[in-house]
Amino acid sequence: MSTRSALLTFLLVVPLFAIGIWIGQNINPLPIDASTNASVYDELFRVLFSIGSILFLGFVGLLTYSLFKFRRKPEDKGDGLAIEDNLPLEILWTAIPTIVILFVGLYSYDIYDRMGGMQSLEHAGHNHESMVSKERIWGGIGSGSIGSTKESLNKELFIEVTAMQFAFLFHYPKGDIISGELHVPVGQPISMRMESKDVIHAFWVPEFRIKQDVIPGQPTILNFTPTKAGKYPIICAELCGPYHGGMRSTVVVEEQKEYENWFEKNSKTPITKT
Amino acid sequence: MTISIQPQDNSPKESLQPKGWMTYFSFSLDHKVIGLQYLVCGFIFYLIGGLLASAMRIELTSPISDFMPRDVYNQVLTLHGTIMIFLWIVPVVNGGFGNYLIPFYVGARDMAFPRLNAVAFWMIPPSGLLLISSYFINGAAQSGWTAYPPLSITTPAAGQIIWIISVLLLGGSSIFGGINFIATILKLRRPGLKLMNLPMYCWAMLGTSILVVLSTPVLAGTLVLLSFDIVAHTGFFNPALGGNVVVYQHLFWFYSHPAVYIMVLPAFGLVSEIIPVHSRKPLFGYTTMVYSILAIVVLGFVVWAHHMFTSGTPPWMRLFFTIATSFIAVPTGIKFFNWVATLWGGKISINSAILFSCGFIINFVLGGITGVTLAQVPFDVHVHDTYYVVAHFHYIVYGGTVFVIFASIYHWYPKFTGRMLNENLGRFHFALTFIGFNLCFAPQHWLGLNGMPRRVAEYDPQFAFVNQISTVGALLMAISTLPFLWNIIQSAFVGEKSGDNPWNALTPEWLTSSPPPVENWLGEAPLITKPYGYGLKEESEKLVSEEDIDVNLTNQ
Repeated sequence: MSTRSALLTFLLVVPLFAIGIWIGQNINPLPIDASTNASVYDELFRVLFSIGSILFLGFVGLLTYSLFKFRRKPEDKGDGLAIEDNLPLEILWTAIPTIVILFVGLYSYDIYDRMGGMQSLEHAGHNHESMVSKERIWGGIGSGSIGSTKESLNKELFIEVTAMQFAFLFHYPKGDIISGELHVPVGQPISMRMESKDVIHAFWVPEFRIKQDVIPGQPTILNFTPTKAGKYPIICAELCGPYHGGMRSTVVVEEQKEYENWFEKNSKTPITKT
Repeated sequence: MTISIQPQDNSPKESLQPKGWMTYFSFSLDHKVIGLQYLVCGFIFYLIGGLLASAMRIELTSPISDFMPRDVYNQVLTLHGTIMIFLWIVPVVNGGFGNYLIPFYVGARDMAFPRLNAVAFWMIPPSGLLLISSYFINGAAQSGWTAYPPLSITTPAAGQIIWIISVLLLGGSSIFGGINFIATILKLRRPGLKLMNLPMYCWAMLGTSILVVLSTPVLAGTLVLLSFDIVAHTGFFNPALGGNVVVYQHLFWFYSHPAVYIMVLPAFGLVSEIIPVHSRKPLFGYTTMVYSILAIVVLGFVVWAHHMFTSGTPPWMRLFFTIATSFIAVPTGIKFFNWVATLWGGKISINSAILFSCGFIINFVLGGITGVTLAQVPFDVHVHDTYYVVAHFHYIVYGGTVFVIFASIYHWYPKFTGRMLNENLGRFHFALTFIGFNLCFAPQHWLGLNGMPRRVAEYDPQFAFVNQISTVGALLMAISTLPFLWNIIQSAFVGEKSGDNPWNALTPEWLTSSPPPVENWLGEAPLITKPYGYGLKEESEKLVSEEDIDVNLTNQ
């Protein structure tokens, strides 16, 4: 490669990277991040969006350029250059995707770990041994708190979720509350054990960036910690019948006080305050 | 380049194609007739599947369920998926172009098992009609093309059973075709033709057929078990009887992920034929292209559980499938770089075939990038089962494979009929399709990220506007079919005569008359060891003058 073309490549690649990184960092197509999971997720998203933009724009640019630059002149009936291969080039573009994939893979492993994906199973087992001890439970992503310590595990709020055509039911064992709406306090690590009565459903809160199928005959768990007060939709994401599109509920994330009010109003057993 | 062609006999060309159009409705054993039967039959099902897609997009114009009843919507989405996969893309890129081209590429006069070949084709129209008729009998299946139990067990049984029977028949047809391709490519090659001399499409079809033969039986077995659960009330997948629904998903995706490569690899092969011809350059990196196809075949078998990241899978399994899936990007990336390198420095004719091929590259790169993001477990748990996934796989199968099917029709139509397609109509078709497609599916990435699940007839009103944009795109795609249909019909009668080799191509199918004679070549099949020898001027010119034949470069 001559110095001139090397310089030219450099001059083109730098703005490409700059544009790609700018797009990833500044264009945010995601809804608000309302759980500890969501902010970690958004970090991953921004990185993937940057890498994706660089690759896509680079590729489209290269393709469009070659289409214009190398288009046939009307009178030209000849052939192009008979280049059949070029080992260094092919090594280069085996290396590009490999490096990108290795980086993305390692990075998303790190994100997965920070979301608690690697520990969710033991986690559930420790805390609610009575309920899950002999069952094989498959977990969802997301321990609630950042670096779930023993303390945070202990103050986890446990909720049982039952899905059926076409509704979710939330059972709070502590106050024996059954509700069609999920109420959770801000900053409180939540642990949910989910099971379906009929077909497969999925519990999805876009603002929390978590999803887990709710399966009949096979309990699943899902943990999260809400961070922003507000009302967010709970959406069923797995085709479950004619009214699948209407199978929605709401999660109400509220301040501790409001939550306690709600809890007391609906509780069937008196609460022992901790 | 070594061509040893017998001088073509220029005596009056008797019986170029099987005589009479009725042959195309008969149990013909001619691979060219069967190939065109696949193509036309597939295209008719494409129109039906497209109508169903339009119906869904009309329903989704408004956030409430108002265009059709909810259960009908689920039937429509099930039929749309099943028809597009099993009756349009798989039969057309494998059976259609495969049957037409592979015997030419290996220098044979027909496929290895012509009768099996005809049986494989004739299984398709009845199973397609059966599938569609189920809608009028008692309502079609309504559990999606994935037919996850227990939903598929609890929805009306008649439609689901008919769905299973027709998918089993189509799977059988696909296996017959796969066996035939493997036998033809490995055993029917002209003497002297080595595997590494074959055009890339042969390699793609060899890889695809291995996937078909090894994975389709798993789907068949799974669907038979599912039908036992429905009819005989066994409990394989019925949790009420102690069955396990996640096992079904593993078995289903063990076929259905390789099915993606069954739809995409042949398209890679076809594009590898088209780009060198129209850019007048050898296919860049032949050897790496072959190895990357083989790598995709091997990796394709160990990635299925990435469809199940939210289903209930242990962490180690999620990580394994994340890594395996991500690595498919490496061989795929190599292929895309090689195609661009093939264009680079060429003399590209910007015609409909090359426009659709480049459209394919752009769409597929975007679909591939979203594919890598979907392979990451932490990313996928948010967007799984949403419109992000819908956008992703339409970028792969429509933006990828269907664009290649159109490119291939523009490229090989002169071979099929001896007439050219109208170029202006072709460019108009490309512009409409490309704009319509991107307008329809690009906004769906946003929908998925923001909370719209797939397979819903009603949705949050905040998504109405973006859905309407998407519907406009779908409408453009529907309209884009019209100039294409008009083009292929009228060109068959009044299209400009193409001559035998309008593109001055070097691949073997062009080194005979267009349309080809029944036995493919009047003399012996040519030995083409460099099917992409463009630009190797001295050699080819020498050969041409020595043997005094007008088969390739001197034609125009």
